[in-house]
Formats: sequence, C-alpha cells, structure tokens
Amino acid sequence: MRIRNLLAVTMLTGIYSLVVAVLFVLMDAPDVALTEAAVGAGLMVILMLGTIALTTREERRHSMRHNLLALVVVAITGAALIYATLDMPRFGDPEAPAHVHLSPRFTQESPEEIGIPNMVTSVLASYRGIDTLGEAVVVFAAAVGVLLVLGSGSVRGRKSRDAARRGAGDEGP
Amino acid sequence: MTLLGLYNYWIVVVLMMIGFYIVIAQGNLVKKIVGLNIFQTSAFIFFISLAWREGGTAPIALPGVTEYANPLPHVLILTAIVVGVALTAMGLALVVRIHETYGSIEEDDIHQQDEQQ
Repeated sequence: MRIRNLLAVTMLTGIYSLVVAVLFVLMDAPDVALTEAAVGAGLMVILMLGTIALTTREERRHSMRHNLLALVVVAITGAALIYATLDMPRFGDPEAPAHVHLSPRFTQESPEEIGIPNMVTSVLASYRGIDTLGEAVVVFAAAVGVLLVLGSGSVRGRKSRDAARRGAGDEGP
Repeated sequence: MTLLGLYNYWIVVVLMMIGFYIVIAQGNLVKKIVGLNIFQTSAFIFFISLAWREGGTAPIALPGVTEYANPLPHVLILTAIVVGVALTAMGLALVVRIHETYGSIEEDDIHQQDEQQ
C-alpha cells in the first residue's frame, strides 16, 4: 500500500519526529528532544503544509522509477555501513572513546566554570559559541535564500506586483 | 554477545538507507524532502546514541552524580537540527518555485517538459 496523499505524508513525518524525540529522551538528551519536538514535529510540519497548500495535495501515479537500480545501490551502501559498525564501541560502553576524552572535562568542570548546571547550555553558548554563530549564519543564509526564491524581489513577486498594478489600473477611471 | 551491543548503529543504518532510497527512487519532490529528513534524523540518532552512557544521566549537574552522558554530541545535534530545518525550508521554497514554472512536482514530468523545449 502506498500513500499518495501528501497531507498524510506530512502528518506521518510529524509523528516520526515525535517518536525520534522520545528516543532522544530515552538516551538522556532532553535538550535535543525538546528541539526535535518543537522544530521537527512543529516547524517542519508547518513548512510542509504550506508547501502542499501552494502546490498539490495528491501525488500522481507511476512516479516511482529506477526501482531495482536504487535498491541495489542502497543495499550495497547499507552492507558497507553495517560492516563498518563491527569496529565500533558497544552501545553505552563507559570506556568508549566518546566518554574518556572531552566528556569528563565538560561534565566535571563546566558547572563551576560557567555556573550553569545544564552542561549542554554551557557548551553551546560558551565553549562552542563559534558553532552557534555559524548556525546563525546558516539560518540567515537560508532565510535570504527563501526570500530570493519566493519573496517580493523574485520573478514571482514582480509578476504578482505587476498583476496587482494592472488590476488597480483597470478599476480606475 | 558483543555483536548485539551494536544494535543502535544498525537501527541508524536501516533508517539512513530508507531515507537514501526515498531520495533516489521517489519521483515526487515533497517526498524526496521527507526522505532527506529521515536521512538527517538517522545521523542525529547516531550522535545521540554515541553520547549515551550506561549508568549515566542527562548532562544536568546533580549533587552526588558523577556519570553523565557526553554533552558535546548533544550540542552538535542541537545545531544540526536547526540547520536541517533551515535547509528543508530552502528546499520546500524551491519546490514551490518549480511548481509555479512547470506546473508539477513530479520529477519525470519536469524532465519531459525540459526535453520538449
């Protein structure tokens, strides 16, 4: 059974994001879970609803192509990735490299150094503040991009402005 | 059994390949972006599962607790989620624009119209 209704696809995407947020809570990452629930299940669904309102709600039939070739490529890539995981540390292993290098520094000293009990906030805003600056730059660039594609400065915006002007001219004397 | 301790990576690989397959094989542009989103969340789950530690708690300082999950991957993924939604917004804006020009969001329709010109 295939879903051709894009509204249903959007709803399922939102539910998927919520399930992923629950997974994050279970893996001791409440900050990430909150962001995923707000951004993934909230903002993403709103953006997709806007898109299908501006385009179309039904997917046309026979749009699935290259099924076999895609399946082979995906299977080979997946097998290579599974093979690569055999060298990885066990899930939750306290001796894993991720837990012996930087983590003790952050978890033991950041509450005194920064004065905030939440270590994720300390690392985000202080130790790795440049990352957050980079994030702001990317969000700004994306906002500029969306405005250039859809906003009043684009071809589309000029067209609708011209149409409005023509409409106003017709009503005049 | 040590091999079973790797199940988090296998879940990540399966999700990642589902997203990859949707991006390659789906002709509908909105569904392609949903596939990209699934691919993205699989990378998030990979990082958060690396940060999780048996016997640890969430990285919020509590008196008497010494073992926490690693806060660094959490920070990286917080950034990645916001960047991801910015890119999704950009992709969806392009989908809207493509629909205005071609009147369709199906890949083969668009190719067909390009060949006719």
